[in-house]
Amino acid sequence: MATKALALHQTTVGKKAIMAVTGFIMVGFVIAHMLGNMQVYSANPAAALKAYALLLRSFGGGLWVARLVLLGAVVLHAWAAISLVKQNAAARASRYHVKHDAVTSYAAKTMKYGGFVLLFFILYHLAHLTLHIPVGAPAVADEFAVFERMKAGFEVPWISALYILGNIALAMHLYHGVWSMLQSVGLNHRKYNALRKQAAVAVALVVGVGNISIPVAFMAGIVG
Amino acid sequence: MSQTIKLTLNIWRQAGPNASGQFQKFHRDAVSKDASFLEALDEINEELIQKGEEPIAFDHDCREGICGMCGMVINGMPHGPRTLTTTCQLHMREFKDGAEVWVEPWRATAFPVIKDLAVDRSAFDQIIQAGGYISINTGSPGDANEIPIPKAVADLSMDAATCIGCGACVAACPNASAMLFTSAKATHLGVLPQGQAERLSRARAMVETMETAGFGGCTNHGECEAACPKGISVDYIARLNRDYLKAVVVSQTT
Amino acid sequence: MELHSNAPTGPIETAWDRHRFEMKLVNPANKRKFTVIVVGTGLAGASAAATMGELGYNVKAFCFQDSARRAHSIAAQGGINAAKNYQGDGDSIYRLFYDTVKGGDFRSRERNVYRLAQVSVSIIDQAVAQGVPFAREYGGLLANRSFGGAQVSRTFYARGQTGQQLLLGAYQALARQVGLGQVELHERTEMLELILVDGRARGVITRNLKTGQIDTHTADAVVLATGGYGNVYFLSTNAKGSNGSAAWRAHRKGALFANPCYTQIHPTCLPVHGEGQSKLTLMSESLRNDGRVWVPKNAADVTKRPQDIPEADRDYYLERKYPAFGNLVPRDIAARNAKDVCDEGRGVGYPPEREAVYLDFADAINRLGQHTIEERYGNLFEMYERITDEDPYKTPMKIYPAVHYTMGGLWVDYNLQSNIPGLFVAGEANFSDHGANRLGASALMQGLADGYFVLPYTIGNYLARAGRDLAKTPVAEDHADARSAKAEAEGRLKAFLDNPGSHGPDHFHRRLGKLMWEYVGMARDKAGLQKAIEEIPKLREEFHAKVRVPGSGASFNQTLEKANRVADFMELGELMARDALAREESAGGHFRVEYQTEEGEARRNDDDFAHVAAWEWTGKGNTPTRHVEDLDFEYVKLSQRSYK
Ligand SMILES: Cc1cc2nc3c(=O)[nH]c(=O)nc-3n(C[C@H](O)[C@H](O)[C@H](O)COP(=O)(O)OP(=O)(O)OC[C@H]3O[C@@H](n4cnc5c(N)ncnc54)[C@H](O)[C@@H]3O)c2cc1C
Ligand code: HEM
Ligand code: FES
Repeated sequence: MATKALALHQTTVGKKAIMAVTGFIMVGFVIAHMLGNMQVYSANPAAALKAYALLLRSFGGGLWVARLVLLGAVVLHAWAAISLVKQNAAARASRYHVKHDAVTSYAAKTMKYGGFVLLFFILYHLAHLTLHIPVGAPAVADEFAVFERMKAGFEVPWISALYILGNIALAMHLYHGVWSMLQSVGLNHRKYNALRKQAAVAVALVVGVGNISIPVAFMAGIVG
Repeated sequence: MSQTIKLTLNIWRQAGPNASGQFQKFHRDAVSKDASFLEALDEINEELIQKGEEPIAFDHDCREGICGMCGMVINGMPHGPRTLTTTCQLHMREFKDGAEVWVEPWRATAFPVIKDLAVDRSAFDQIIQAGGYISINTGSPGDANEIPIPKAVADLSMDAATCIGCGACVAACPNASAMLFTSAKATHLGVLPQGQAERLSRARAMVETMETAGFGGCTNHGECEAACPKGISVDYIARLNRDYLKAVVVSQTT
Repeated sequence: MELHSNAPTGPIETAWDRHRFEMKLVNPANKRKFTVIVVGTGLAGASAAATMGELGYNVKAFCFQDSARRAHSIAAQGGINAAKNYQGDGDSIYRLFYDTVKGGDFRSRERNVYRLAQVSVSIIDQAVAQGVPFAREYGGLLANRSFGGAQVSRTFYARGQTGQQLLLGAYQALARQVGLGQVELHERTEMLELILVDGRARGVITRNLKTGQIDTHTADAVVLATGGYGNVYFLSTNAKGSNGSAAWRAHRKGALFANPCYTQIHPTCLPVHGEGQSKLTLMSESLRNDGRVWVPKNAADVTKRPQDIPEADRDYYLERKYPAFGNLVPRDIAARNAKDVCDEGRGVGYPPEREAVYLDFADAINRLGQHTIEERYGNLFEMYERITDEDPYKTPMKIYPAVHYTMGGLWVDYNLQSNIPGLFVAGEANFSDHGANRLGASALMQGLADGYFVLPYTIGNYLARAGRDLAKTPVAEDHADARSAKAEAEGRLKAFLDNPGSHGPDHFHRRLGKLMWEYVGMARDKAGLQKAIEEIPKLREEFHAKVRVPGSGASFNQTLEKANRVADFMELGELMARDALAREESAGGHFRVEYQTEEGEARRNDDDFAHVAAWEWTGKGNTPTRHVEDLDFEYVKLSQRSYK
């Protein structure tokens, strides 16, 4: 039938694919980022993290490309999210008086809220540790004193709490997001489908536990 | 003798597509446990008619769970509490004596209410008209056994083809998405050798028509699969996603 | 009135080929100038509408369901026959033809049946190309099974959902034409009247069921593919909406109704559980392959639990009476015997009627293991359990016969044209190919044969020949004959809405159903039929006086739809009784108690009744006229069946 063809970004399937690809980029990033963060547990964390920061800086233009890709991913991801949330709400304009959920998870139902918690958290996190705007923590002058800045922040209980909450939101987002992303781009295979949910749980757990352990460790005095 | 139960039924009444609706309460003292849900409604309706009131409008035809015409949300569950069961196959023994039951129509912007529990699902037909077929004229095909099809492939196609188009997937989906229906239809044809020629263009045309009909997008909750009286799998959604993306991003001809 | 079959003479094998050659063709450029109305989107209607659309005609199609795909054909389970002989077990077109004529108890037209067997092979090719996922063997080729006691495996199937899959194929072909703009599809639209102009069918009056709007659609030819009328009995395996109204409206406009008394009763259905029951569910016939049918020997035992009745007190009556065929006797014999034992007070169904017999799998489970039985019938057992809340692995199923199919229908000639020029009838709505009894898996075949492979030619021939006349008298919506048909329909609906009334249409329909089942059911006799002919008009009068239809005609009003259909059933039921009374023989689905052999088998009377009875409407309150089309049996020798 001769309907006008829609472009990728005009369909929900296309938007979800955009979310999946951008999500994939961000998932890759948070995993790498989390692994990088694990250097707080090395013998001399201050030196290790400083060396890590200097190494990243040495990539020069490359680092900026990566940052732009990430920024682009966040923007596209958030745009698609907002657009889908609106369309989905319009599709169920009249609500059920009684509705029983059979299988969906809390994580799945809260993706849209969790996503915005994440957006807020990302902004805070960038301000705190990338742009060096202390927002509530004592300022640290040395640009590459990553460890000291973390320590200054995580010794403030509400900042630690914020990071913990932000990462719980992240873990939940990944718990639904990782398998959802595979489904959205059509990566399914009868033989391996069960693995998709297992992978999602693994990524969510590893990233969540890894990241959350850091503020906890600082507060508990294990590192610092 | 068949046993009976007491029930309070709250049934959605809505005079027309643009009217505002509300629940009407019916106290039933002796509902036969052997009656189907629709038979219980029949009984209420006969009483309403005798009083000169308008009976509850609801769609149904085969009453065997195959035509896909019946459907209502019962206690928040499309087709009611029993899995893999259409409303017409649901029996009153599924309810506890004295229970309160809420009955609503499929709610979706793409399925406007016609009256009470009857909704307009013609958007589903439009999706098929856009490309949910294999283009072949009567009389043109060769012998049926010319192309062997592995049994497993035929079985997969049949699994998808058992969709009865009732719309419970849309009703169950938090986004009122029609992806389960559309993907089942696309998969039924898309896995068969006969369906290959139009596989990508079909996926694209069906998705685009679905999009413009007012359904939401799939966010992978899986509620559709759980509500489906035929157990259609969300795996087909991934297949359709893939075919659609191939059509739009990769293929040079669609 | 002389009835001409218009079937070609000469050798039967080439009859259809020769006939097709002799037919006139419509010039391709002219096809779009013709409009064809197809009422019904079941297998017959959808396939006809799609094919006519592909050929280039303007097609308008109608169905009362909300989607064309929901036509009652969707419910067919078992399969579709075709003389492919893929199994190499000796099948052939001739054998399918032979089996169908014989199975129909020699009351069908040989030439029609031969053509049906011929085109059956193309149906499978067509369906497979459309993507119908028929069952296959591991090697990838199509699987077949033997069905309904056939000696060869010629039945193609798609799990237990063959009708669904074939209908989806036809529906998708139809949807394609809708998408291309060749077919204008009107769902939730019911035909109320036929428009006749100068004796030709020129259109229909319809009601949009969603809005209540009444419209006039004019055309050059009209096809009725509106299904069977089994719902005259209220309880049947048909869908709730299945009705006889379209055919009956045409009948009242002059179309002859043929063999209305031939009804098929299916032996394995779920029994009636109570007053509120709305329909009967078919359980596949295949169950009789492993289940044993029995009732208690003594009427006193009917209230006992089946497991408490010792082997010695059970009567496996089919095995006892028909040692050769046992539980696998044909449908009508199995059905009638179940009725007999229940009439003797040995039925085991729900009180008070207790109409049911046991279908017991205990022996099969012992012999083959529960696993095998589960594999064979798992889904059926589950369905049974869902409906009855009883576990057939542990306790025997209860089954009882139910009305399933109507062989009768509007009279058509070899071209599937009724006696009204331009009115064609296809599928279960016509009377054509099954004679007095339809074989399992042959209805789907007939519907698709009619729609895909017969009508597109014969309607073309009609249009080519009548084209000039049709063009000379264009019929617009405001043509006087269209206006009067519309007024007639509107008047009928208004009468229902204005009636003060006391009960809904179902109330009267149930009572009609009981009368029909009692007197025009599985076994009929003169006194009972006369009683029905007396009682039905009384009930009809009461219905018209007392039926209540709340709401308005200008909106969705399901009570109005029903009342309108029940009104026609009230007239059709009487005609069925008259036909049954006039047919003083037993044949296929028509069993007259007076005409049976010593062993209780149906006894045909070929000397006096080897004909089609086609009834003419003679006006309200008048006795209809019975016309006759004689049947010749040149190829299949008349013989009496025996299953002893
Ligand atoms: C439970 C069951 C199982 C069966 N199993 C088998 C089987 O295994 N094999 C087999 O060969 N046969 C089987 N049959 C028989 C077979 O299914 C039917 O005979 C056949 O499908 C009829 O097809 P049809 O196209 O003539 O009519 P239908 O499919 O009944 O279609 C009728 C159409 O007409 C429309 N219509 C009716 N009245 C009006 C009106 N007034 N205005 C507008 N539209 C109207 C309806 O909307 C519908 O679209 C079975 C039947 C039943 C009940
Ligand atoms: C910028 C803030 C963010 C917002 C507003 C946001 C919002 C959303 C929303 C609404 C969804 C769709 C949920 C659904 O389908 O149910 C989603 C999916 C997803 N998100 Fe985010 N998210 C954000 C950040 C992130 C981050 C930081 C990551 C990765 C670490 C991420 C990874 C994913 C993934 C993988 C998906 C699944 C995509 C798919 O199903 O195709 N998101 N997000
Ligand atoms: S009425 Fe046909 S599926 Fe329920």
